[in-house]
Amino acid sequence: MNFCRGIPGLTGLLLSSLFLGGCTARPRADLIICNGAEPQTLDPALVSGQLEGRLCSALLEGLLRRDARGKPVPGTAEKWTTSPDGKVYTFTLHPNLRWSNGDPFTSSDYRWSWLRALHPSTASPYSEIFYFIRGAESYHSGKSPAELVGIETPDERTLVVHLDHPTPFFPALTAFTTYLPGHQGTVEKFKDGWVRPENWVGNGPYLLLDWKINDRVSLKKNSLYHTPGRVQIDRIDALAVNRASTAFNLYSSGLADVLLDKGMIPSLILPELRGRLDFHPGPLLATYFYRFNVTRPPFNDVRVRRAFALAIDKEVITERITRGNEPVAQSLTPRGVADYLPPEGLPPDPETARGLLKSAGFPDGHGFPRISLLYNKSELNEQIAVEIQAQWKRVLGVEVELRNQEWATYLRSLDTLDFDIARSSWVGDYDDPNTFLDCFVTDRGNNRTGWSNPEYDLLLTNAKAEPNPARRLQLLQKAETLLVTEAFPIIPIYHFVGCLMFDPNKWGGLYPNLIDEHPFSEITKRTP
Amino acid sequence: MTTFIFRRLLSSIPVGVAVVVICFTLIRLAPGSPFSSERALDPATKQMLESKYRLTGSIPTQLFCYLSQIAKGDLGESLKYRGRSVVEIIGQSLPRSILLGSISFLISIGLGIPLGAWSAARNQDRAGSILNGLAILSLSIPTFILAPTSVLFFSFYFHLFPPAGWGEPSQLVLPAVALALPFVGVCARLVRSGLLGTLGSDFIRTGRSKGLSETKLVLLHALRPAILPLISYAGPLAAGILTGSLLIEETFAIPGVGQFFVSGVINRDVFLVSGVVLVYCAFLLFFNLVADWLTALLDPRIRLDS
Repeated sequence: MNFCRGIPGLTGLLLSSLFLGGCTARPRADLIICNGAEPQTLDPALVSGQLEGRLCSALLEGLLRRDARGKPVPGTAEKWTTSPDGKVYTFTLHPNLRWSNGDPFTSSDYRWSWLRALHPSTASPYSEIFYFIRGAESYHSGKSPAELVGIETPDERTLVVHLDHPTPFFPALTAFTTYLPGHQGTVEKFKDGWVRPENWVGNGPYLLLDWKINDRVSLKKNSLYHTPGRVQIDRIDALAVNRASTAFNLYSSGLADVLLDKGMIPSLILPELRGRLDFHPGPLLATYFYRFNVTRPPFNDVRVRRAFALAIDKEVITERITRGNEPVAQSLTPRGVADYLPPEGLPPDPETARGLLKSAGFPDGHGFPRISLLYNKSELNEQIAVEIQAQWKRVLGVEVELRNQEWATYLRSLDTLDFDIARSSWVGDYDDPNTFLDCFVTDRGNNRTGWSNPEYDLLLTNAKAEPNPARRLQLLQKAETLLVTEAFPIIPIYHFVGCLMFDPNKWGGLYPNLIDEHPFSEITKRTP
Repeated sequence: MTTFIFRRLLSSIPVGVAVVVICFTLIRLAPGSPFSSERALDPATKQMLESKYRLTGSIPTQLFCYLSQIAKGDLGESLKYRGRSVVEIIGQSLPRSILLGSISFLISIGLGIPLGAWSAARNQDRAGSILNGLAILSLSIPTFILAPTSVLFFSFYFHLFPPAGWGEPSQLVLPAVALALPFVGVCARLVRSGLLGTLGSDFIRTGRSKGLSETKLVLLHALRPAILPLISYAGPLAAGILTGSLLIEETFAIPGVGQFFVSGVINRDVFLVSGVVLVYCAFLLFFNLVADWLTALLDPRIRLDS
């Protein structure tokens, strides 16, 4: 009898949990997307990830925006002009733009938002993306006041931006997440809490309806958006799903309509999906590569780095391991960037590789110090590392120890150059080779090799100052040729591919594209 | 009874402090920064963030700041989910884990006790062996096999339940069963071994000689002392099962608190991890208290106040 006294308590706990847990059926959104992990933030000044960027682009709009094919098209800017020297851009906003709370949206909103992202106290992880603007870097480092930053607002509809150098991709850059605006009154009133649904004020095609941690972000159409007729889907749920198999199960059972990237598809079943009507692969502006630590032997010798690079047969990796039709990478910048032809790179050449190692004093690998290959814990990284380890052993006769570290430890090893060779990857922020090549300028935070080459730095500096777009790309190509065929601080392995999954008979406005942008506002529902 | 509860509550304070101190120190000593990412952060920004979250100075200084913050009832902010307080993250996700865990706990106990009792009562015949075998089978299948297999069969072959998601009662069935099944086996084995020992006792033999039926003997006399090991086990079980399981939550897309145990450590999100561990610690202390109270209720030899 006494035992039974505990039951009412337990039942109470269960009932209260049922109530608190909110396990109640709700109407299905018009479109359900598996968006990846839980968003870290929806504040555009603080966003550094792609999944958060997708949501921000639905909620806020930049001067330009991306269309369904990833091309930059006018957003809040109706038109823009460039000065003859390519250093001054004048943007004219659409008339009568409004925030979702009815406040007028003006050019000052951009100025305020960009300065906020640049302000040191905001601690934006992407503040350097504003460094193209005159005085931005100096303001970010606290050396000059906001007034000296080259952003002017002569009237409510005009924004004038002064750049340090001609930057042909600057208009497209204004579609990037960090360049999105925030509502000054809301941000100042609610501080970090401005991104909560109850406080949200935006200017994008969608409004933040709900945000349940680790569950979903719900969006609804913004009736005050400047061209609401462009947006077809009324309500969208973006699910937070960590596991690829779970996302795929949700999609297969109809509980999700779209899988937005390859990380949402289990790699084991990728070959089986090829040829399916709802499987949409495409190239991606991202590269998987290995870095050398050039600050210590034996990789301070370019002959050794070159030997290691020439000893790798990359096709084995893409055909047997990644199996997603990834293109083998001979350059850091993937093919497909507008008007830019990356260098051809060097094909595998075991004979030359052995010769180089011999000339460096290690014939057939004799006397070569024991070195390690660092990667962060993942099955794919391990498989690739094991294959490359075997190739180096076979071709060069060197022993390479595999060093597996969990994420935070791995990042620390990269930052402190505590490695010999390390796995890395880089996703381009914008459609220009500069997004890749700038990483390897001397002392850049993302260099992480210790490599410094005055010729490379000069080529990048000259490219920045070059007003002629064709000549600018030639300079960048020359720099990249130096990077991947002469100096070898890195070995590009393969370029990533993106994959979308959706039924083309049900959904439109989704196209695989190089920068992996799939704006929610472009998605349409096909009528049966 | 009141004295007992008061004493336990008092003793739980140093336990909680010790747990936070150990957790905080270990995470801060681990290599890597909570603000690191594949895109390098400039040192000034990193310093700004460390100072904003009071993670500068020596570890004892940081710890002191954090403990003073906790003393004011503030568990801090997540370092990864910017602008989210730890209380808010736990407040939103814990009730979901509690709901799922409560159902799993009831399944574990509700199936485990009868299964164990029956297999002990029928120890001599085939039915007892089959039931015992089933119990061993259920605790032998690891969750990482059970969960995806149950999705394959019950969602995609038989179309009975959705494979994942949260919001509808039908979405709770597979994760609750997958979470509970290994514990059903453990509970059944505990009850069975307890009962087998009790059924050989003198007072049972006396009852049997007085003509009591086997069912009455088991249910009214033998089960009560036999269930005591299960109650001791159920305390930590309830704490573990109610605070979420990473594997089950990820496999079935349950937005619970279990995922934050692991992701928090990976991200060096020291305030989130410490907060989640503190909650787990509170659950553990509470359910152990309940287990002790139940043990005293069922066993007259135990006096809580003494």
